Amino acid sequence: MSQLDQLEEQSVYIFREAFRHFDDLCMLWSIGKDSTVLLWLARKAFFGHVPFPLVHIDTSYKIPSMIEYRDHLAREWGLTMVVGQNRQALAEGMNHTRGRMTCCGALKTDALRQTLDGTGPRMRMGQDGEYHEEENPAPYTGVIVGARADEEGSRSKERYFSPRNEHSDWDVADQPPEFWNQFKTDFAPGTHLRIHPLLDWTEVNIWEYIEREQIPIIDLYFDKGTGKRYRSIGCEPCTGSIESPATTPREIITELRATNIPERAGRAQDQEDTYAMEKLRREGYM
Amino acid sequence: MARETMNVVIVGHVDHGKSTLVGRLLADTGVLGEGKLEKVIETCKRQGKVFEYAFLLDALEEEQGQGITIDAARVFFRTPLRDYIIIDAPGHIEFLKNMVTGAARAEAAILLVDAKEGVQENSRRHGYLLSMLGIRQVVVAVNKIDLVDYDRATFWSIVDEYRDFLGGIGIEPRHFVPVSARGGDMVAERSTALKWFDGPTVLEALDGLGKKPQAENQPLRMPVQDVYKFNERGDDRRIIAGRVEAGALRAGDRVLFSPSNKSSTIRSIEVFNASPPESVTAGQSAGVTLTEQVFVSRGEIMSHLERVPSVSTKFRANVFWLGRNPMKKGARYKLKLTTAETHVAIDQIHRILDASELDARIDKDRIDRHDVADVVFRTRQPVAFDPADDLEATGRFVIVDGYDIAGGGIVRELIEDEQAETRELSRQRNLSWVRGDVSPGERAELTGHPATMVLFTGAAGVGKHVVARALELALFRAGHNAYLLDGQNVRASAGSGMDSVDDDVDEAMRRVGEVAHILLDAGVLVVSTTNVIRQHDHRALAAQIAPFPMLVVHLGEDEGPEDVDVKLPPHPDAETAEAQVLAALRERNRVRTGGA
Repeated sequence: MSQLDQLEEQSVYIFREAFRHFDDLCMLWSIGKDSTVLLWLARKAFFGHVPFPLVHIDTSYKIPSMIEYRDHLAREWGLTMVVGQNRQALAEGMNHTRGRMTCCGALKTDALRQTLDGTGPRMRMGQDGEYHEEENPAPYTGVIVGARADEEGSRSKERYFSPRNEHSDWDVADQPPEFWNQFKTDFAPGTHLRIHPLLDWTEVNIWEYIEREQIPIIDLYFDKGTGKRYRSIGCEPCTGSIESPATTPREIITELRATNIPERAGRAQDQEDTYAMEKLRREGYM
Repeated sequence: MARETMNVVIVGHVDHGKSTLVGRLLADTGVLGEGKLEKVIETCKRQGKVFEYAFLLDALEEEQGQGITIDAARVFFRTPLRDYIIIDAPGHIEFLKNMVTGAARAEAAILLVDAKEGVQENSRRHGYLLSMLGIRQVVVAVNKIDLVDYDRATFWSIVDEYRDFLGGIGIEPRHFVPVSARGGDMVAERSTALKWFDGPTVLEALDGLGKKPQAENQPLRMPVQDVYKFNERGDDRRIIAGRVEAGALRAGDRVLFSPSNKSSTIRSIEVFNASPPESVTAGQSAGVTLTEQVFVSRGEIMSHLERVPSVSTKFRANVFWLGRNPMKKGARYKLKLTTAETHVAIDQIHRILDASELDARIDKDRIDRHDVADVVFRTRQPVAFDPADDLEATGRFVIVDGYDIAGGGIVRELIEDEQAETRELSRQRNLSWVRGDVSPGERAELTGHPATMVLFTGAAGVGKHVVARALELALFRAGHNAYLLDGQNVRASAGSGMDSVDDDVDEAMRRVGEVAHILLDAGVLVVSTTNVIRQHDHRALAAQIAPFPMLVVHLGEDEGPEDVDVKLPPHPDAETAEAQVLAALRERNRVRTGGA
């Protein structure tokens, strides 16, 4: 079995365990390459179906083509799309000029927390392909996330099934044991679990898999004649493109094997503060 | 061709030089730049700090700039042969659960012993855990050999002591290597100071290890992970999903599910976005459809008809305990073995290896944190498994205390419980059963309910019979194919020829069970009573009628059997009793929807 096969098998196993054990399960889909690979793996695990809602946190500042791509794929693949947003912060005029960490905290971390625990508004795509506000949203107890151990330091300590307390906090120092593919599937009321099927994948693995499976990821990752492309995508004001003529996954893999620049270098919030990611993460950011 | 990758864990008592050895491996394979390791060690020494893993990672990060993403739990190095991933496994006992988490992912281990301190308590505990985790490829590095002046006798005496101990727990190390991680002796390079040693260096020893052989030639084991019927976008497939843990399966194979004893044939192998493979082998996740639609559920193990797994409510096991609260005799826990989950309790403690002494003790009635114990477990429901020595993946389990995984263990041997014989007889009977062309599903569609047995238990004279008669009538009038199976009728019919029921209670029970089984096979909702005195009587009946389910209703002041579904007082009011039993049946989806 090739390494990609092994990674795929493990991810599929985790997906099926999660689906079996959690009645209120959802998956975060950021529209980026990792969570789109995650979405593809879900379809592998469930034979073409995605039997739980996909949650997207819309800061309202996302690159517009991300939203078009999201809704197009949702309709084509029959996905249950749920979109959350921190409307209050946006109404009060939140944007990145108030400080990137402040903006990310409000429009991503807070929005995510409120969307997951059901205290914030959720827009759900109906049979008609349009979004309608969900009535009485219930908290999700299992949240599938596309985090990879190799992304940055704090993620390497993660478990496949990682508990979060009532405040969505992650206790890095005291994590449950996890072995023999027996996962933590019992949890106290009010707490929830983050589930990480991509934990063992590297950035290169992701591209190799996109290439092998011909996954239709968003084309922002490829150069469309300007000599620039995105390596990591997010909000328009805070995501920079990189100089790269890569137009295919294969060209990206070749480029990655030669690079020394970290994946998230184009993401402004990471530069703000050395512990930015760990801080965001402890507070519930995916 | 893609290069091979091997996960290696380095375990050893704190201060025995784990970080230095990792550092040395990285330095000598060119991951860390020349002189970098020495510099960091020197800095630590100057600042009066113990050289730790963290400093090594800092050094790595500095070295690679911001470019490489540092994964604190896993570092990589390579030899010309293959790539290695070193999984961090903390040596401190407080982090034993992290050590287990890390080590369980490894294919090979380096056990580290300090030449000066010799075999310590933790050296033995780590050996035990590796053995239980199933890691058989072990290299022992006797580190800090420079501190005992590269003394040959010291090395060999440690080898003798440790080899004896490890041998006793089933680990035969491939190599013992005298090492000075700090000086670099015998890690990647040979050493003039250790000229007396003609074995391999640590790197050579690692390269000499093989990848774990695939479990393809073993008997088929596919624990059922879930059964899917999505019924959307025009998909009405009923897919049995699971990972093949051993052996291989093909379309057309006859298969048996344990413990339910149901059998069927694989119609197809289902996959998404690819053409279905001819076979699925160990390590692969699969989805299959069956020709005959049998009702199977998560936790059962699919095998071929030959070389089937063991089934019992009792087994002997070795268990290690990580929970803050001790595992107590008499308390109930959750057992997770393959995909099965059931309640479990300690039946018997053979011996305990004490955490602090690591002496064998038997005078304890609990398993404390970090203890390793040899015990007999009893589960509430029968489970399918294999002894870990035969098949690893279906022979290991974890124990959940409250919300947390608090222990793990491996099955040593099957212990036959009281139902073993009955179970085997009914398995044989089910396999040779000739079926008509009407499927159980079609029968259920006609009657509006699946076949179930309701058994009333309790001492003589508590009013079981009155309630049973009332229930049959109520069920029937609500449109069910219900039938009262009275023991008296069995004695007068299938029981004829027996001299006296009192002489052979077991045989009389067996005949009741066989008649009940035929009725159930015909799709009937069977209502029956029995004067159960011994707890295992109704369990024997349950084993006999399996895979049909049994609802146990107990009448009386006493507690009744442990796994009773409905408890009623003696001589209950018929209407209340009926309502309670119906509610229990409804909850289990055993009655007509809307009706009753």
